[in-house]
Amino acid sequence: MQDPGLYPYRGWRDRAKLVWPGGKPIAVWVAPNLEYYEIDPPPHPKRRAWARPHPDVVGFSHRDYANRVGHWRMADAMSEFGFPGSVSLSVALCQHHPEVVADAAARGWEFFSHGIYNTRYAYDMEPDEERAIIRDSIETVRAATGQTIRGWLAPALTHTVNTLDLLAEAGLAYTCDLYHDDQPTWVTTRNGPLVAIPYSLEVNDHYGFFVYNMSPREYAETLIRQYERLAAEGEAGGTVMCIPLHSYLIGQPHRIGPFRDALRHIARDGRAWITTAGEIVDAFRAQVAP
Amino acid sequence: MTLGPAYLAYPRRRHGYDHDLYPWSAAHLRPPVQWPEGRPLAVMAVIKAEFFPLTPVDTPFRAPGHMQTAFPDYRHFTARDYGSRVGIWRLLDAFRARGLAASVAMNVALAERAPALLAAIRAEGHEIVAHSTDMNGTVDGSLPPEAEEALVAETVARWAALGERPQGWHAIARSQSFRTPDILVKHGFGFTLDWVNDDQPWRFANGLWNLALNHELSDRQILNVCQASVDSYAEQIVDAADCLAAEGGRVLALELTPYIIGLPYRIAAFEALLDHLAPRGWFAGPSAILAHWRQQTA
Repeated sequence: MQDPGLYPYRGWRDRAKLVWPGGKPIAVWVAPNLEYYEIDPPPHPKRRAWARPHPDVVGFSHRDYANRVGHWRMADAMSEFGFPGSVSLSVALCQHHPEVVADAAARGWEFFSHGIYNTRYAYDMEPDEERAIIRDSIETVRAATGQTIRGWLAPALTHTVNTLDLLAEAGLAYTCDLYHDDQPTWVTTRNGPLVAIPYSLEVNDHYGFFVYNMSPREYAETLIRQYERLAAEGEAGGTVMCIPLHSYLIGQPHRIGPFRDALRHIARDGRAWITTAGEIVDAFRAQVAP
Repeated sequence: MTLGPAYLAYPRRRHGYDHDLYPWSAAHLRPPVQWPEGRPLAVMAVIKAEFFPLTPVDTPFRAPGHMQTAFPDYRHFTARDYGSRVGIWRLLDAFRARGLAASVAMNVALAERAPALLAAIRAEGHEIVAHSTDMNGTVDGSLPPEAEEALVAETVARWAALGERPQGWHAIARSQSFRTPDILVKHGFGFTLDWVNDDQPWRFANGLWNLALNHELSDRQILNVCQASVDSYAEQIVDAADCLAAEGGRVLALELTPYIIGLPYRIAAFEALLDHLAPRGWFAGPSAILAHWRQQTA
């Protein structure tokens, strides 16, 4: 296969102008990943869950920091500057640590599914197995929060070639798994169109701290530069900036202060439509036909 | 190939964890704790005192910082030894000059090889935490149970021969097996530093305590892995201290590796960091922090 055929080519220049509510040039959404990593998951033939034999004490307990400590630090910083979360949720967190999910719900955050566990990978799944995970996600989040999820970020970013078709079949509206643009785009599936909303690998705190080894202040500066550029380009047609987070990273004590500085910068700038993934998808759908 | 039904079964999907090692607890729901003297922050500085044998062992894994070239790796053997001969004394001097307590996670082999170092650590009142035999004494889930227990028992016996009974255990690379907490309790240990999930002490189901030695704030992570400058390191630690002090009742855990932070071009920035932290930090070893915590939360 040379091309999965998800969407046609369209260059960045000379597009129809996308306009965000209030005439804002840039939509900013924050995507906290609220995750559960199993300490001793079953093996998958194509990916190891942990670098070390189980238990990977540092790997597991580092992620555990998110739910015990980091979430509240991150969430308080977001609330302080008026950023709602659009939660990428390992839905088993509703069982393991419902206190974290309840806190996010009480803040008015939107939920979408990030699979059941971040230690179960979709590669090699049969369509009915993926359907079971999608159904479980919808039912679990509905029971825990009353919300009906509309979006998907694949567990640990693992896919099959059927995943997008199955999301559309289940009635979901958006995917966060495609990184081809700074605007939403329509994606073709066998069961009708889906919206691909820009998420981000490059300004994901995971890349900032695990891949690029940035200092906390370098990461905050990266967010500000990403924002400034996309806000400027957004005058020609609305752009989207996503800030994907993991509170075991951004919620560490040496990182939360610089992160607050970046949020303050964006909140005070005035050009940002600070919103959720679902609102961005709806604004796009109202302007652009599939 | 299909994954099989076990891959879509979730037998431990339940409230709390998918393990029984320790109970679930969210920090913001805990009652507040006050540190002594009204200090907003406890500072648990843990100096690493390591001996790397010239011939490394790779089972179960080679320790971080160990030999890297073909045998004989005089380059890394001596560069690590620099930490024990020079860098650690700079750190001890920095704490002594300011009257601050630290702790030392020590390979018992180094205590045997460097009695003057052991004597200074004792005289200056720093708690000794057991840190395996030497840097070949690694543990993980692949190590046979009897080998892990023998390693712990040997470490305890060799410390006893030096007149020491450490209360805490710090595993090399924080790497444990599922059996480790029980083995540590059986051999008389009261706490470990290895699970990096919290800024406060917590207790395993078997009674062992954990005081997290945050790996993200370690000199190895910031200076060697992320390759930040020492000025950035100091800035990051100050930012961490500001956050933890504002929340109150938290522990700032500093892992200090003599061959990393104890170099001539870095130590002055670390000394300035200590000066910055000293007025608001309660500097204490893990046993003192734990005793105070237990008294406050009893």
